Parts: sequence; C-alpha cells; structure tokens
Amino acid sequence: MKFPGVDYMEFDSLLDDEQRMVRDTVRQFVDEMVSPIIEECHEQCRTPLELVPQMGEMGLFGANLTGYGLPGLDNVSYGLIMQELERGDSGLRSFVSVQGALCMYPIWAFGSEDQKQRWLPPMATGEAIGCFGLTEPDFGSNPGGMRTTARREGEEWVLDGSKQWITNGTLADVAIVWAKTDEGVRGFLVEKGTPGYTSSDQHGKFSLRASTTSELGFSNCRIPAENMLPKTVGLKNALMCLNQARYGIAWGGLGAAMDCYHTALEYSKERIQFDGQPIACHQLVQDKLTWMITEITKGQLLAYQMGQLKDSGKLQHFHVSMGKRNNVWVARESAKLAREILGANGIVNDYPVIRHMLNIESVYTYEGTHDIHGLVIGAEVTGVPAFNAPRIPEKKAKSPTPVGSAAE
Amino acid sequence: MRVAVCIKQVPDTEARLRVSKDGRWIEEEDLRYVVNESDGYALEEALQIAEGSGGEVIVVSLGPQRVQEALRKGLALGAARAVHLVDEAFQGGDAAATARALAAVLQNEDVDLVLTGSQSDDAGWGSTASMLAGHLGWPHAWLVMGVEMEDGTAKVTREMESGMNEVFRMSLPAVIEVQAGINHPRYASLKGIMKAKRKPIDTPTPAELGLDPAQLGAAGSRIEIVDVAFPESGEGAEMIEGDASTVAQTLVDKLQNEARVL
Repeated sequence: MKFPGVDYMEFDSLLDDEQRMVRDTVRQFVDEMVSPIIEECHEQCRTPLELVPQMGEMGLFGANLTGYGLPGLDNVSYGLIMQELERGDSGLRSFVSVQGALCMYPIWAFGSEDQKQRWLPPMATGEAIGCFGLTEPDFGSNPGGMRTTARREGEEWVLDGSKQWITNGTLADVAIVWAKTDEGVRGFLVEKGTPGYTSSDQHGKFSLRASTTSELGFSNCRIPAENMLPKTVGLKNALMCLNQARYGIAWGGLGAAMDCYHTALEYSKERIQFDGQPIACHQLVQDKLTWMITEITKGQLLAYQMGQLKDSGKLQHFHVSMGKRNNVWVARESAKLAREILGANGIVNDYPVIRHMLNIESVYTYEGTHDIHGLVIGAEVTGVPAFNAPRIPEKKAKSPTPVGSAAE
Repeated sequence: MRVAVCIKQVPDTEARLRVSKDGRWIEEEDLRYVVNESDGYALEEALQIAEGSGGEVIVVSLGPQRVQEALRKGLALGAARAVHLVDEAFQGGDAAATARALAAVLQNEDVDLVLTGSQSDDAGWGSTASMLAGHLGWPHAWLVMGVEMEDGTAKVTREMESGMNEVFRMSLPAVIEVQAGINHPRYASLKGIMKAKRKPIDTPTPAELGLDPAQLGAAGSRIEIVDVAFPESGEGAEMIEGDASTVAQTLVDKLQNEARVL
C-alpha cells in the first residue's frame, strides 16, 4: 500500500517542488522495494544488501555532499530521504547514515585528494561499503577514553585495540577507525583483508535486526602511513561525523513515528468493537492519536528548522542534540501508543509497529543517548556542564564538547 | 531517435473520489495526482530507446498548471524537454480535441516515434492516441507489449486474444500505445531531480501552434460528460446459510431454477 504521508500543519507548503520530488521518489522506493521484504529481513536478521545497488543508482549515499559526482542536495531534501528510509526500517536508514554521514563525510571532509578519488565514487554507488569505528566495549558516551592506539613505525601506522557496536562492520570494504596517537585522536582508513584486522557479528539482537552490527579487532594491524585521514586533528573530527549522522536521525525518527501513527490511525478506523463502532470513535484512542500527530508535527517543524540552519552554516551541535533527542523520543512513544491501539495485532509482524518499537530502542541510545543529549542541551542553556568532557578549544567557552556515540 | 511521450496526469488510483458539485466530474481539490500508470511505462520504453540510439526524449502533456509536476518528473527521469499545453483554451476537451492539440505540437517536433500508454486511469477512453495518429497520418498500434528498433523501423509485439502474440513491423514515424507492465520503470536519481529544474518546459498557445481555439478544449469537443455518479448499490442479495455442502446444493438449485443459467 502507498504511504500517503503525514501532514497536519501544511508542512508540504514549506517544501519546494524539488524537495517534494526527492521525498516522493524515496517514498515510492520504500513502498515498492523495502516494505515488501523488510519483515523477512528482520526475521532472518540480515541486511537487505540487494537494495544497495538501486540506492546507489538513485544517489542516496552521501546525498548532501558535493563534488566527486555526488548529488550535493540541500539538507532538508537529505533529511526527507532519511525520514522515508526510516519509515521503512531504522536498520536500513542506519546503513545509509553510516555509509554517507559517518564514512563518506569524513573522507570528503578530512581525507586527502587520493583518498577521496579512491573511495567516494565507489561508495556513492554502493560498490564499496564503509563502517565507522569509534565506540569501544568500555567507552560509549565517553569516547575520549578510548583504548585503541595507533603508533607510527616508519612508513606504517600500527593499530591495536577493539571497537564494538559497529554498524556494517563485517560488510565493510573499508573501516574509518579512530585511534589515539602520541599527538591525539586521529582517523584511519583500514581496508578489509588487512592482516591483523578482524570482524565478527554481534548475535542475539532484538533490535535493528535488518542491519549488521559487529565488533572490530586490531592486533598489530599495519596500514600504510597515507591511510591516515590527514585533516583529522582530534576527537572533534569524529564528533563532527556524528553530528552529520544525528541530523539525519532527527528526521529518521519522524519516519518511524509516522509509520506507527499511520498504521494505528488506519487500524483504528477499521477495527470494529462494541455496537459496530470503529475504535477510532473512542476518546482514549483519539487521545493517543492526538498525541502522536501533535508531536510528529512539532518534530517536523524542528527538523525543518535544523535543515535551514544547516544549509546556512549555522547549525550547532546543541541544536542537533535537541532534534535527535526529541524526535527519537517521539518515535519511541509513538511506537508504544500505536502498539496499544493495535492490541494483540501490535505484537505481530503483520504490522510494522513492533519492529519499529524494537528498532527505536537502539536509536534511542545510539549516536548519543537520550540522556547525554539532554545534558548537552542543559550545558548549553546553563553554561555549566554536568559531565566532564574535553572542550573543543575553538568553540565558544560555554559549550562543552558534544559527547558520546554509544555505537554507530 | 527523437521520441515524444504523451503523458497524462490522473488522480492517484488509491484516492477516495467524490463527485463534483455540478455532478459532471470528480472533485479535484485535495486530490493527489500521479502520472498515468501506462504512460509511465511508455516513458521508460522511450528512455531506453533513446539511450540505445543516442537520441532524446520529449514529454508532452495537456492539462492545468498542476500537470507541470508530472512533466518535471519526466524530466527528472531523463527526458530532455517538455511541452505543456496549459492554455485555458486547451482544457476540458474530449479525446478528439486533445488529439488535435497534441498533433499540432508533434507536427513541429520532428520526432521519429510517439509513445504513450494504452488508456488513461481516469477517463479511460483509450482513443486519444489513435486519433492523434489519424491527425498525423502515421501508423498506429495499441496494447503493445514490446518495441524494438530495427533498420529504421519499429518491431512491435502486441498481445492478442487467447494468449497469442502478434509481431509486426511499422514504418516510422509511428504512434505506439503500450500496456502497463512491459518494463521496469526506473526511479528518478537525485541528480536527475536536480537537473530537471534547469530543463525547459515550453507552453505554446493555440495561436503559436496555428490552431483555432474553437476547435480545442471544451469548445471544440463533440462529446460532453453530462453526469458522473457512483453506481447505486444493488438490491436482492441473498445470504445462503448452512455448511459448505448445503450452501453448494442450494446455490446450484437456485442457479438452475431461479436464475436459469445452468
């Protein structure tokens, strides 16, 4: 069935023709190609790699980056893509976020010309897949504590350590790995097959099952000196990548919330109980739907304003924290309310609601937990950080460094 | 090869339709519009033919301002140019008046082939393209399943009754109407969408096409829609109660003795 969109407050009037066409094209792709297979992918715990070439052909990887044959879309269009993909599944959106925002972006922003020429075109088509290794088993919200090291030996860097909760880890042709050097944290490109580099999948997941989550190991892993991202100067570069991805997640959360709302709304109009009446006529059901549509609408306006700020270069990390924190929370609450409206049907895979509900549990704490983003906002408005994080020297004094990944 | 594709914008087939106040059409406000399904397949066929021969595709449509969105979609998918018959004089016509206007456009376009869908999903007259071929004096095929270019001709496969196919060769230029399902229409790429806004959409007037407004649109039509209505719900349905064998026996009895169709 075609998804008609969720638009209570004439949100579409804020979009130009091109933005609508981008959204509608990805919407159609999700309806036709993703929705029919995604429950099976979730059940079988597999990434739908068969969709990757088509997504590459459409230009969905690194869509808001410029040059190197990349589309160079505005950030509202990019956000709408993330919204529609996550309406399909958070795992699929995660794949695209990791590929574009966490892997192509650092190569594009901090890479050498050779690195860009080598990796950006095949990553744009999906012929090469990337993963982003920052989080470690013992360091989630506090990535600055990482134990992975890189030491220079002649014309090589030698990496040792491990990374955990890495989306696309075992699928990746190249890993963007963050490691401590004598001069601070740097980003490195580690190619699949490099001796000393191993990866294995995390099993037993109840969430993001249509996505691959892995551990990476580095043991005396030697890579050529030129595989360091030359413009990385510290942890802040890794956090800049996360800000790109979190911006997309703020839109993605809306997509999951919209699918839950739409499913619950349609169900409530068709489900007949008591005297032949649809359950939509009951006050308690209407209250749940009202909460969802109100919060989704507020979330849309928040995401749109973030897009405007990002396009004009004014988007700050504490803006992104509010967008990610709020919109993923809206998705989590909407999944819960939708599941209540669906009754027993809310826990089976005839409907997408329970899958979104399980997925959102990951999204709620990855890319900065809900709570940590709350502390970022708290630090911004009070000027008093509630956590001990290193500061970005060139940022204005009252803003602490954005913290925490807790998986990517 | 220069290939023109005539597309129509129609209400989304999943839209809930209401009869308009004057009772002669549907309420168009708030409706979601899409490219007519079989026209989408015609466009994909045209793009493949043009790509295979190094040519270009022109999309043509007649309709109000909203139709520009359908044309932009055609441009995003790969068409080079669009022609939009948006002038008020073109609107509200029957198939003959619409075909007259389209023919005037295509006569000036120097195209080798015109492709379109076999039928629109709204009015569904299925006659515009055959009249168009008549105006142009070009050969015409309907319900086409496949088109191949061969030595300056079009080799066309048509579906016939009884599951048989008919294959024939047509001289060019020609007008070919395809069925939905003959290929896999592509998704627009993001780059295609961005390029589309810089591609031209011409909006010729009747005068520029050398047409008399009295021959176009509602004024030039010989068919007039006088009433649009939902069919009335039937009466006399009878539910047969009982287990499967009782129901089957009763049904056979009624078909033999009441309906007398067995």
